[in-house]
Amino acid sequence: MATDNGEKGVAVSLAAEHLGFGYRDRRVGSDVTLQLEPGEVLCLLGPNGSGKTTLFKTLLGLLPPQEGLVLINGRDSSTMERDAVAREISYVPQAHGAFFPYTVREMVLMGRTAHLGLFTAPSARDHAAAAAAIERMGITGLADEIYTQISGGERQLALIARALAQDARMVVMDEPTANLDFGNQVRVLARIRALASDGIGVLLSTHDPDQVFLCADRVAMLHGGRLVACGETESVMTAAQLQKIYGIPVSVTGVSLQDGVSRKVCLPLGLLR
Amino acid sequence: MTARQPLMLLAAVAGLLGMVALAFSIGRYPVAFPDLLRVLWSWMGGAPHGLDPTVETVLLQIRGPRVIAALLVGAALAAAGAAYQNLFRNPLVSPDILGVSAGAAVGAVLGIFLSLGIVAIQSMALAGGLAAVAMVYVVARAVRGHDPLLVLVLAGVVLGSLLGAFVALMKYLADPYNQLPAITFWLLGSLASVDPRDLWVAGPLMLAGLLPLWLLRWRINVLSLDDEEARALGVPTVRIRLAVIVGATLMTSAAVAISGVIGWIGLVIPHFARLITGPDFSRLLPVSVLLGAGFLVAVDTLARSIANIEVPLGVLTAFIGTPLFLWQLTTARRGWQ
Repeated sequence: MATDNGEKGVAVSLAAEHLGFGYRDRRVGSDVTLQLEPGEVLCLLGPNGSGKTTLFKTLLGLLPPQEGLVLINGRDSSTMERDAVAREISYVPQAHGAFFPYTVREMVLMGRTAHLGLFTAPSARDHAAAAAAIERMGITGLADEIYTQISGGERQLALIARALAQDARMVVMDEPTANLDFGNQVRVLARIRALASDGIGVLLSTHDPDQVFLCADRVAMLHGGRLVACGETESVMTAAQLQKIYGIPVSVTGVSLQDGVSRKVCLPLGLLR
Repeated sequence: MTARQPLMLLAAVAGLLGMVALAFSIGRYPVAFPDLLRVLWSWMGGAPHGLDPTVETVLLQIRGPRVIAALLVGAALAAAGAAYQNLFRNPLVSPDILGVSAGAAVGAVLGIFLSLGIVAIQSMALAGGLAAVAMVYVVARAVRGHDPLLVLVLAGVVLGSLLGAFVALMKYLADPYNQLPAITFWLLGSLASVDPRDLWVAGPLMLAGLLPLWLLRWRINVLSLDDEEARALGVPTVRIRLAVIVGATLMTSAAVAISGVIGWIGLVIPHFARLITGPDFSRLLPVSVLLGAGFLVAVDTLARSIANIEVPLGVLTAFIGTPLFLWQLTTARRGWQ
């Protein structure tokens, strides 16, 4: 692992140590320890209300930890300025509407903010970085469209492009495939894999176990605010584990595709006819 | 930045200059355009104009300060409105959303009620506007666990109506022959009694308020996204928001102090500016300033020339602003969603 940040030789990473998280008067989760490194896709799986989004917000420093630490490259993130955090970790929220009709290009350009002086507007270099991020996501044709007028899938790609323009080594994505049609889901997952091969660490949440089989190197399972399992996809994604967190009977089966490639899928058993 | 935008900007500047020339020419004492140029030339140290000295007095002593005041007040209200619309992520927000006009009104009305001089009344209006917003901000910061913007708006609305009650009480108690007309006149907005000395105070205050808005122009764009998103992009939202509120409040208070309450400009002008420039604040701000300045100069020229009496500016901006706004609302597409 490259130690290019020069801080006591600590590797580039985003880590939670015995993290307790929640809102002012409500504890959502506790004792979460996990680590994300560049070049890997870590998938967070958990039922509704298990605390995925709250955990993400705490990892990003948007909510203060209630106990434990969030470490960015080995450094306590609560001591870092917002722009310093943003240069290390970018955030892809669920695709949403914007309040004003920015173009896709302007929206992506906002990803450059953490690299700009307080009183400066984006320079030609920032414009170039935004254009490169747009191209990398394959949405060059959308660059001058109005963000509020494109489809949900296109917005999701634009938000990922913005995270790329932010030029951070780690990306946190909150259900990047929610509200997308089947084709766009697969397209977004393919982009995520491509980011990982470019050396970016991706932490994402999903509701679909099959997406874990499609894109994750490792998986973490959150249930009732606690990490019930964390490890290699193969070893964690068992029928027993999935049954435990979702409370329904499931079967995890291998299916063979052409050329002798096989992949696992997760099937609910209750609905079999 | 598309190719036609510099052209639009040039057109806006030309329109503004034309409007200023008209404002100098039109009035109870009409001045021909060549005479205007000659007086200006001699004022700038050129050859004597050789015209009736009354022409010079009308242009430089009477119309000059008034035109400059209209430019400043219009620009300040439009700039503050544009900043607040971005800050509150709502195109229906005007600069007095946090109670600045209500606070200034209480200060001015109290000054009139106590029969103070004009300078004291203006100072109290300025202080009242600043104090009202400071109070709203402190109250909103003390309330935790809600959307900070929602709390700010609620605190502004609540405090604004409380201050409105104070104004109503003082109107009720005021002497109906001297004080009440003065209060009513002030509350409707006017530039009739602007003094050149006012401009030396209000002008620098407005510039001081405009400066943070311009410097933070890119951060203000990001601030118009969701709060958590803006922070994840590296913007310390609480600090930037405070800087914007201080800047916009300074501009609005300084404007209200010399002109009284003039509605509509801060709401309507940024809308029109956004139609021309799109939502990017670094382009929206200068165009709002130009349009706001031009609009108020035009309205003020109308206010002193369409009737034998001065028409209150607040009334006229509403009469002109409402149909413009409705027309824009029914035809525009790109202004906002």
